[in-house]
Amino acid sequence: MFKYLDPTQPQVKAAAEQIKPTRRQFLLSLAAGALTVSVAPVLANKKAVAAAEQYAQDFLSIDADGTITVIAKHFEMGQGTTTGLSTIVAEELGADWSKVFVKWAPADATRYNNLLWGPMQGTGGSTATANSYMQLRQAGAVAREALLQAAAKRWSVPVSELAVSNSVVSHAGSGKSATFGELTAEAARVEITGEPQLKDSKDFALFGRHIPRKDSPAKTDGTAIFAMDVRLPGMVTAVLARSPRFGGKLKSFDATAALAVPGVLKVLETSRGVAVLARDTWAAKEGRDLLDIEWDDTAAEKRSSSQIFEDYAKLAETPGAPYKKEGDAEAILAAGDADFEATFQFPYLAHAPMEPLNAVAHIHDGMCEVWAGSQFPTIEQSTAAAITGLKPENVHIHTVYAGGSFGRRATPDADYIAEAVEIAHRLGDGTPVHLVWTREDDIQGGRYRPLNLHRVKARLGDNGLPEAWHHRIVGQSILTGTPFEPFLVKDGIDLTSVEGLSDSPYPVANITGELHSPASVVPALWWRSVGHTHTAFAAEVTIDALARKAGRDALDYRIELLKDHKRHSDVLQKLRESSRWGQPLGKNQGRGVAVHESFGSVVGHVVDITLDEDGGLSVDHITSAVDCGLAINPDVIRAQVESAIVYGLGAMMQLAVTLDEGYPQEDNFPTYDPLRMPQMPAVEVHIVDSSLDTPTGIGEPGLPPIAPAVINAIASITGEYKTRMPLSEEGFYFA
Amino acid sequence: MTTLRINGQTVQVDATPDTPLLWVIRDHLNLTGTKFGCGVASCGACTIHVDGEPTRSCQFRLEDAEGVEITTIEGQSDKAFTAVQTAWRELDVVQCGYCQSGQIMAATALLRENSKPSDEDIDDALEGNLCRCGTYQRIRAAIHLASEKMEA
Repeated sequence: MFKYLDPTQPQVKAAAEQIKPTRRQFLLSLAAGALTVSVAPVLANKKAVAAAEQYAQDFLSIDADGTITVIAKHFEMGQGTTTGLSTIVAEELGADWSKVFVKWAPADATRYNNLLWGPMQGTGGSTATANSYMQLRQAGAVAREALLQAAAKRWSVPVSELAVSNSVVSHAGSGKSATFGELTAEAARVEITGEPQLKDSKDFALFGRHIPRKDSPAKTDGTAIFAMDVRLPGMVTAVLARSPRFGGKLKSFDATAALAVPGVLKVLETSRGVAVLARDTWAAKEGRDLLDIEWDDTAAEKRSSSQIFEDYAKLAETPGAPYKKEGDAEAILAAGDADFEATFQFPYLAHAPMEPLNAVAHIHDGMCEVWAGSQFPTIEQSTAAAITGLKPENVHIHTVYAGGSFGRRATPDADYIAEAVEIAHRLGDGTPVHLVWTREDDIQGGRYRPLNLHRVKARLGDNGLPEAWHHRIVGQSILTGTPFEPFLVKDGIDLTSVEGLSDSPYPVANITGELHSPASVVPALWWRSVGHTHTAFAAEVTIDALARKAGRDALDYRIELLKDHKRHSDVLQKLRESSRWGQPLGKNQGRGVAVHESFGSVVGHVVDITLDEDGGLSVDHITSAVDCGLAINPDVIRAQVESAIVYGLGAMMQLAVTLDEGYPQEDNFPTYDPLRMPQMPAVEVHIVDSSLDTPTGIGEPGLPPIAPAVINAIASITGEYKTRMPLSEEGFYFA
Repeated sequence: MTTLRINGQTVQVDATPDTPLLWVIRDHLNLTGTKFGCGVASCGACTIHVDGEPTRSCQFRLEDAEGVEITTIEGQSDKAFTAVQTAWRELDVVQCGYCQSGQIMAATALLRENSKPSDEDIDDALEGNLCRCGTYQRIRAAIHLASEKMEA
């Protein structure tokens, strides 16, 4: 989500320097018998050098019994980071995979910052593998080098005669061997100078192979601990009544009936509403239902979604802030009819991760402990510090498994974690508080993918290729008013509102792109693939419509237009070879294609559908091709593409949060119903042998092209492009 | 106090009689393998077995639970469960994992009834189990694999 960090910003520059494999200082230590590897950047100024040890990034330790612990600075929300990050270390180290374990890093941005974001620890924007890759390889290489040198010294042989495999160092000449564990004490005394030699890619033993997920066992026997499962002695459960309209304020409340519910312990006013504390979740929820609250809706959003779309449509008739301007699209479009003209509508979307939002806060003995599926540890730590008046270093975040996120747990204000800490702080007696959102709180609680409207006009040249493209986006800025604004909002353009269009690879000589960003009190947030959720849709449907108008094959048209973009070309070529493109279609069957780059990766889908006369749509088969750079774990990559497809298809067909006079109408899965098992298409994912030798993003890039591929498949049958989401609004349903 | 039979043990619970079993299991007995996802029987994350039948524990009240045999994922160990668990691991089904206890409980119940389910049988039995990570294709494959394992 932060692809566009400005390299001229000093912090970004510093982070960018760190990600390059430049000079580092490597520190080895032997704490409690374990060899610990730290990596500290060698900084130019003396003060920084003195602080190097403090800034050392602990990423790896090897115990005397051979247990290897990888410290993951990124949480696990299902995207496979615990497996992927530890694979990188294990690969470089030459480790026995069965001896590798993963532990989450504490909140400490000085050591565990995301190298693609600058000075902040956090996960998102499909950056976990990409930013950690070189850092973790180096940590593994330092440890391997130390172990080799220790063995060489022990056996008085040169390092060059030694081999490492499966956590064993061996010397072929003498037949001697020693396990990593046996060498840790001697390895800790080795002095590493200069850069460690990284493994040659031809020697990779783990990358590109099937490596089983580290989190499979605990997630298949009920023992995996999510924040929802944290149990502390004396812990109470809290639920919070928030304004039913966005922007409403608490006026008054009467808690008499709530307090009479057996199990309810206390009712507290907070900055966000009224908290009910109880001995169990059920009692807390029962109590909340009986609160009598008056809200002040003076500043609240009272419009309906339909009204907001109308307001946006009017705005789209007026010029906005330019995000792209080449040639003179206006003049060409004024001179003749457009070959494609459309208004695209995208509703508010809730993320609805399976684990409803929740966190445990325990303030005691001058510290604040938080248990959460922590996606933005730095923000959560500093927010908890501000609420409690404690120093950030006295806020300890215990990261646990997150039951999905899709962007929802990454909030610029620590959101529900702040709520938990505030309740614990106001309670003031050291009681651990578990703040739990119900599913209704989640669907109706905002931080939605903002509602967007696009107005597009495009015209073909005499050669049948796009000649002029006029594009106006109306959508609320996600980043304005957040700590990310200085990096990512430039001259009135929130880069996450236009990403995917501002950097579109399609060559069009005359192109105008403009943006309106109307303010709203409805809280907006990045939703898996952020701006690409709507920009890729508009772009790929428009291109498809132009191909159709030009009488061209939709896949060939893209191949021709993108011939100068190697990764797009590779993906499209893979689709041509591997998909059913060109094969005959039966009655009511259609096929569509879309391709899009996001988060550093390119993904294309070819989708086969069946559409009956009443709008019953079955997505039968999907072939996906993906270029995500070096493929560390192909199975996790395939899983992420399958996942993004399911997430995108469900939203395309039937997900929307609809405001009626400001009140969200959907409240739980019966009315906000994601894709289910019977609707699951057969998905076949092909990983392109990439022209890049480092990994790029994979959690999000599969999503943007899926909905437009289906829309294009529908148009292959009906000739008509559906531009209003979700499709259920147009009478479609999953057959 | 209510007396319950859960995972082969007899336990006493002090909760109001209308409390859904989900919260008794999670908040009172601290058996956290059973998950809360929606509270309205729409996601299946809270699936338990009541006298062997897959049941949404968010809709089954404590007052109705006396005299029945309850099992949660923590109390599973037979051939069908082991086959399901092994297949899940072999195919790396899980992603975030939050829904998987419920998926596994539903799949195990299906295989006990029907050791050779078709895709359609699987769709019918697991339609009520949501997975936001979209692991459906692998769940389906894992159930077929578990079915083979049970035969072996």
